[in-house]
Amino acid sequence: MPAPNTFTSSAAAFFGGVKSALTSVFFLVLMGTYIGIGALAHDFGLASWWLALSSMLVWAAPAQVILISALGAGASLFEVALAVTLSAIRLFPMVVALLPLLRGKGTRLRDLLLPTHFTSVSMWVESLRLLPAMPQEWRIAFCNGLSVGYMGTAVVFGFAGYYLAAGLPPLFAGTLLFLTPMSFLISTARNAHMMVDRLALVLGLALGPVLTAMQVQLDLMWTGVVGGTLAYVIHRVREAAA
Amino acid sequence: MNAVMAELWPYLLLVLVGFLPNEIWRVLGLVLARGLNEDSEIVVWSRAVATAILAGVIAKLILFSTGALATIPLPVRVAAAVCGFLAYLAMRRSVFAGVAVGETALLLGGFLFAH
Repeated sequence: MPAPNTFTSSAAAFFGGVKSALTSVFFLVLMGTYIGIGALAHDFGLASWWLALSSMLVWAAPAQVILISALGAGASLFEVALAVTLSAIRLFPMVVALLPLLRGKGTRLRDLLLPTHFTSVSMWVESLRLLPAMPQEWRIAFCNGLSVGYMGTAVVFGFAGYYLAAGLPPLFAGTLLFLTPMSFLISTARNAHMMVDRLALVLGLALGPVLTAMQVQLDLMWTGVVGGTLAYVIHRVREAAA
Repeated sequence: MNAVMAELWPYLLLVLVGFLPNEIWRVLGLVLARGLNEDSEIVVWSRAVATAILAGVIAKLILFSTGALATIPLPVRVAAAVCGFLAYLAMRRSVFAGVAVGETALLLGGFLFAH
């Protein structure tokens, strides 16, 4: 695909973004992920429109998985909010890194509101890859188109997973439900470039079930804070020793 | 009125414990969008915390499954996850290959051992 960097209008840039989204590798990733999340939402008794709205408002697959599984399992609302917010801290540096690429001389704050809300792993990786080669004036429109393409994919396949899970025999519905933990396990491992991230992954895998089995209050928060901090401390100690 | 509340309650929860606690970090990024880089210590730590939480949720979904996934025995679920992960490592870190092998292993195991 040629670099999509020559546009004649904002609308063309927007649709260039949509097209770029639907032809990128993230289209397949989102398809699989949201079929799984759709099945999960069905399993935990949430409505399909609730899921669609959560994809548009939350727009972060890890936070949605945490939200759906914790709400569905009857966790306290405080715990759900805490786990969601701890999982979302990563969005902060992503927005910080993205906005300088979008901001030009005449850019108003309100032009940045949508790209800020749209910031998520898929859109962020593709924006950082494609925007630098593009004239500044088209970047926001392109970025919005890209995000709408990804979000539309998530909403559509969320519905697909939801109704597939409702209609399939248990074995196949179970296979759809397995998509979420399987794909998140592998994509999290793939994103763990540094030793500290790999340690956090292993510690979280071990601590989560142990704390749940011990019926510890706020088990998700403790999994994150204890597992993450332990991984960080080990990483610092190893660095200091090296 | 109560019926209306019961209908709207999940959506209110979505906004209060899903949307707001998630969105706050994006808004903070917009407001404070200066001078924080990917390698700063606080970013490394927060990424580790987020990774550990997500890993905990993944393990719980596999070990303490609900609904249709619970009809597939625990050893099959764990073995399928291990197969998928090994396939991902073996096939040049392909996410697609890992998920495909894990799903196939679950389907086969479920077909043979489902209760």
